[in-house]
Amino acid sequence: MAKIKSLDDLRMMKESLQSKINLREKGEDPGSHVQIKVAMATCGIASGAKTVMEFMMEELEKRGIESVVTQTGCMGYCYAEPTIEVKLPGQEPVVFGYVDTKKADEIIEKYIKNGELVEGIIPMNYETIDNK
Amino acid sequence: METIKLTIDNKPVEVPAGTSVYQAAKNLGIDIPVLCYMNLHDLGIENKPAGCRICVVEVEGRRNLAPSCSTTCANGMVVKTHTTRVINARRTVMELILSDHPKDCLTCPKSGSCDLQNMAVKMGVRNIPGQAYAEMSTYKTDFSPSIIRDMDKCIMCRRCETMCNDFQTVGALSGVNRGFMAVVAPAFEQDLEKSPCTYCGQCVAVCPTGALTEVDHTPKVIRALADPTKTVLVQTAPAVRAALGEEFGLEPGTSVTGKMVAALRQIGFDYIFDTDFAADLTIMEEGTELLTRLGKHLSGDKTVKLPILTSCCPGWVGFFEHNYPDMLDVPSTAKSPQQMFGAIAKSYFAEKLGKKREELVVVSVMPCLAKKYECQRDEFKVDGNPDVDFSISTRELAHLIKEFNIGFNELADEDFDRPLGESTGASVIFGATGGVIEAATRTAYELHTGKTLEKVDFMELRGMDGIRSATIDFNGLPINIGIAHGLGNARKLLDQVRAGKTNYHAIEIMACPGGCIGGGGQPLHHGDTSVLKARTKAIYSEDTNKKIRKSHENPYIIKLYEEFLGKPMSHKAHELLHTHYFDKSSKDIFI
Amino acid sequence: MAKYKMHLLVCGGTSCRASASDSIIEKFKSEIAANGLENDVQVILTGCFGFCENGPIVKVLPDNTFYTQVKPEDVTEIIAEHVIKGKKVNRLIYNPEQKKGSKSKGFYRKQIRIALRNCGVINPENVDEYIARDGYQAIGKVLKDYTPAQAIDIIKKSGLRGRGGGGFPTGLKWEIASKNAADQKYVVCNADEGDPGAFMDRSVLEGDPHSVLEAMAICGYCIGATQGVIYIRAEYPLAITRLKIAINQAREYGLLGKDILGSGFDFDITLRYGAGAFVCGEETSLIHSMEGLRGEPTNKPPFPAESGYLGKPTNVNNVETFASVPVIILKGADWFSSIGTEKSKGTKVFALAGKINNVGLIEVPMGTTLREVIFEIGGGIKNGKKFKAAQTGGPSGGCLTEKHLDTPIDFDNLIAAGSMMGSGGMIVMDEDDCMVSIAKFFLDFTVEESCGKCAPCRIGNKRLYEILERITNGEGTMEELERLRNLSLVIKDTSLCGLGQTSPNPVLSTMDNFYHEYLAHVNDKKCPAGQCKSLMKYVIEPEACVGCTACARNCPVNAISGERKKPHVIDTAICIKCGACIEKCKFNAISIK
Repeated sequence: MAKIKSLDDLRMMKESLQSKINLREKGEDPGSHVQIKVAMATCGIASGAKTVMEFMMEELEKRGIESVVTQTGCMGYCYAEPTIEVKLPGQEPVVFGYVDTKKADEIIEKYIKNGELVEGIIPMNYETIDNK
Repeated sequence: METIKLTIDNKPVEVPAGTSVYQAAKNLGIDIPVLCYMNLHDLGIENKPAGCRICVVEVEGRRNLAPSCSTTCANGMVVKTHTTRVINARRTVMELILSDHPKDCLTCPKSGSCDLQNMAVKMGVRNIPGQAYAEMSTYKTDFSPSIIRDMDKCIMCRRCETMCNDFQTVGALSGVNRGFMAVVAPAFEQDLEKSPCTYCGQCVAVCPTGALTEVDHTPKVIRALADPTKTVLVQTAPAVRAALGEEFGLEPGTSVTGKMVAALRQIGFDYIFDTDFAADLTIMEEGTELLTRLGKHLSGDKTVKLPILTSCCPGWVGFFEHNYPDMLDVPSTAKSPQQMFGAIAKSYFAEKLGKKREELVVVSVMPCLAKKYECQRDEFKVDGNPDVDFSISTRELAHLIKEFNIGFNELADEDFDRPLGESTGASVIFGATGGVIEAATRTAYELHTGKTLEKVDFMELRGMDGIRSATIDFNGLPINIGIAHGLGNARKLLDQVRAGKTNYHAIEIMACPGGCIGGGGQPLHHGDTSVLKARTKAIYSEDTNKKIRKSHENPYIIKLYEEFLGKPMSHKAHELLHTHYFDKSSKDIFI
Repeated sequence: MAKYKMHLLVCGGTSCRASASDSIIEKFKSEIAANGLENDVQVILTGCFGFCENGPIVKVLPDNTFYTQVKPEDVTEIIAEHVIKGKKVNRLIYNPEQKKGSKSKGFYRKQIRIALRNCGVINPENVDEYIARDGYQAIGKVLKDYTPAQAIDIIKKSGLRGRGGGGFPTGLKWEIASKNAADQKYVVCNADEGDPGAFMDRSVLEGDPHSVLEAMAICGYCIGATQGVIYIRAEYPLAITRLKIAINQAREYGLLGKDILGSGFDFDITLRYGAGAFVCGEETSLIHSMEGLRGEPTNKPPFPAESGYLGKPTNVNNVETFASVPVIILKGADWFSSIGTEKSKGTKVFALAGKINNVGLIEVPMGTTLREVIFEIGGGIKNGKKFKAAQTGGPSGGCLTEKHLDTPIDFDNLIAAGSMMGSGGMIVMDEDDCMVSIAKFFLDFTVEESCGKCAPCRIGNKRLYEILERITNGEGTMEELERLRNLSLVIKDTSLCGLGQTSPNPVLSTMDNFYHEYLAHVNDKKCPAGQCKSLMKYVIEPEACVGCTACARNCPVNAISGERKKPHVIDTAICIKCGACIEKCKFNAISIK
């Protein structure tokens, strides 16, 4: 990694990173992937998030689904850990709670493959500061 | 200097900036009770952990009560020291402290001189609510050769810790455990014996309760006195006579040498001798060692190490054995006066009496607790028989005198026995910081120059500063002398020596503040360091009043060499009067 | 790809379920079937929307329509109008304007995420994701556009107060540290989160470590420090790992280290691990621990801003405080101070725990009421039990009761209510909780965690605990109740540090709010909540007992006797109150009295 020399450099870097992410998120990128974030804070890991993350990575590859699985911090729904967020190209992200490998399998088969929602959705219950 | 104006108990007072509320109140004659607080002003030591919370006062505009010992006065402050709120809080806190303190005052070694007991008396505590079901924090009692730690009685004032760490830099004691079980102890709650403790006893000297006390050897002494097969000799250290009177209500600084000798005789010791005699002997050996090393050094012998360090203080010896194992060849090999006395008593004097060493019991009265440990060291025993059998402190001697119904203050002065009771002014000043090196200078000067020293008072070597230095003109040869008292000061000086940053020829070190007069076995000063100054004054006036003031002029010392030892540093002298040191740094405290 | 054209999300949170979401789902399903829409519309039960007050909630995707207070009888209309004709049912759409006095400022969501803005959003181990979300823009802006005084001024004007418990104004703290001249100063991040049930700081560090690093650098610039230290408890290994990764990545980009962003400003951060002593959250104790000394407090003044770490001016702030700083710089003081109440600005993160449905991490604007937090965001009390109290401020705080439900939560209101903000732990208790036992629980914690330096905290808390134990054992007396209060007040009044000055709060607060429970324990030897074992008695109702002997056979201490087919009896002198008999009794004949 090269050093960022100035605020302008940092801004340019941010713009390019952001546009990449936007492309991905808006699904305008033809090679767009399914994006999955697994909440991997202590609460999540303690409830089995690692297993879920590994399962997702392996199974999505096995089942030939182009996807990016990343980790993130606590989403705040500690009562429903492990939680994962699934974002299908061009759609709003959806958070699922109480995800074990069985649920993960169901999410892949029903939601990711067919867009069919499955139980266990946790509605986003907070405002982000970006849209304020 | 900036001054601060405030009101305490409706009285206006003006104090220099930085003054504590406690001090400002004191200036007004308001005596706010303190328990953990201790100010050893002359030593630059102030213990104010603000932990006991006894000294709390109400400060207008402040949410909670403030500890007056560690609250600095501010302009316009309005302080109340005895509102209902303060009195209720103070009493409640006192009851809490007492609820976790054993109630065996009757048999406690500190009874009568216990700060906590005095405070309970002052507050008129008659009842401790909930005592019936109040759990107490209890700990294993730790017996070391010198000091007993009965931490059930610890009130966490941290005075001992301050002395051990800040003043002595020994680092044997610190706070351990949490909450209710918090206590001051060696690391991992090990026994003191496994810690770097040097038994200087400064912790004992400041402990407000019976948590830290000395190992009491008076029962053993009484048993020896009662044994018809034993001849019991007693030797008294120079600092004892300058402080013993305090235990009998005499003004600090009252010299009680004659009364002390009379009391010892009444108690029934067979021979009343003086450690001062051995101090003169120490000067003969140590002074000669200095001149020998100096001579070799001046003639270019690189194997000779300078400076030479005094070695009469067992606390100091323990300190360098723990902390400076790389410098074990620097201190003088001369034994301490206590041990020289024992060695001579059980050889030279035993021969004179025609008795075997086992038939003699040598008791020493010392201002010191490390001496208890020193006399038990293996290298000071012959076939298991120690040169000095028992060492008791000034405080223990006072107890003994009281127990023997002796009206101490009414006693007529008596004199020591001969031969081991004769001493010079030079040996008396061993009791004060700078005294040993001054005594050595008096002798070394004359031995080196062959001239008579006209003025024997070396004022430049005296004083209470922690580290002092002076250069003495040995007839054209400048001799650089360093002095430190308090092991923290010793460490500073030693670190410089180790780093090769000094050009001292000789250094005197005493573990305790003010030297032996401030020893851990002396009557408790209760935080009043002016007592130390008074004792020092008494020591120097003893010296002035002596006819002979140079060790090498002591006729009995001269006789001892003629009859028995030959010369200073002779083979026999080496055998009896010199020792060697051990590396104690590697002691594994985890075992 | 999507199989269904439309999704109907029906809230399945506990409180919506209570208000008939199950029958709403059934109704939707039958209506959909009736209209032959099974292949086009999917009905799905979701988790809690955090808006229980207006439940049941139905959300329609993909158009994001948000219906509130939906009744089963509304279902036909929604299907007919919205699903089939595409016309939204306006009367059911949430309209905040109608809700007078609502604090939610036009949003149906009660939460605003400022400190948690990136938690659960970015990958905490990838600095690029942080940068993409305005990361390190704030330090860049501060270094380029502001003098330290100007930056401090922004923080001061924002009204940000310390999130660690005390609520001291952050900008003022920085200003004091900036004015104390010294050759070196330190910025310390207090990540020694120790309240039972609190995990806000851990989550921020695990989810968004860079925001804390960035804020520390900003603080360093403001007060004139080039060294930052994060004091983090060693029990937080994941947070430590992520912080280490973050620090390395920031260093590689030159966002920490020498000459940050070409400004000439140097700042670097190291970690120091705490051994898990609660008292080390107190700043003077924390600093002693950092110095390798025993973690115990010293009298203030001197404050760390004058003489802190290694005797140098030191600014200590909590994780959440730092995490709020970069946004304040970027969005401005006015934006931040527009959120919250008059004296408490911005948002506060709470860790909801205890008898609450949605245990988790929330961030709400200051001024949100306890009712909103517990019954809306928190989804109400578990198992439909009755709310009794919420403990805020952990072992230093007090309990808030039903009468405080509509008090806006901010620093000053909580203190007025006999509790405190603390770091943000909120433990919810229901009707089954014995408040004397709750006080005892917290005292047990403080007895363990007191450093032991000062007498009132070391001994006093132990004595409080002993009295509480006597009360819960049925041995308490009225005189002891009186002593409990006096002792509590004296401990508060005389203790050396914040720990002891607040540790009796749970006792005082439960005594103030639930004195009748204390009296019941002392006078009637009864525990109204049925929690205190010593005060319980297992009794067999002779009318209900059929004499099946199941209880007697399963009693581990043979305390139950009786002939077959005749009512059995429990010998209370032998009974150890293990509850095995109750489990085995099929006739509900055994009760606890």
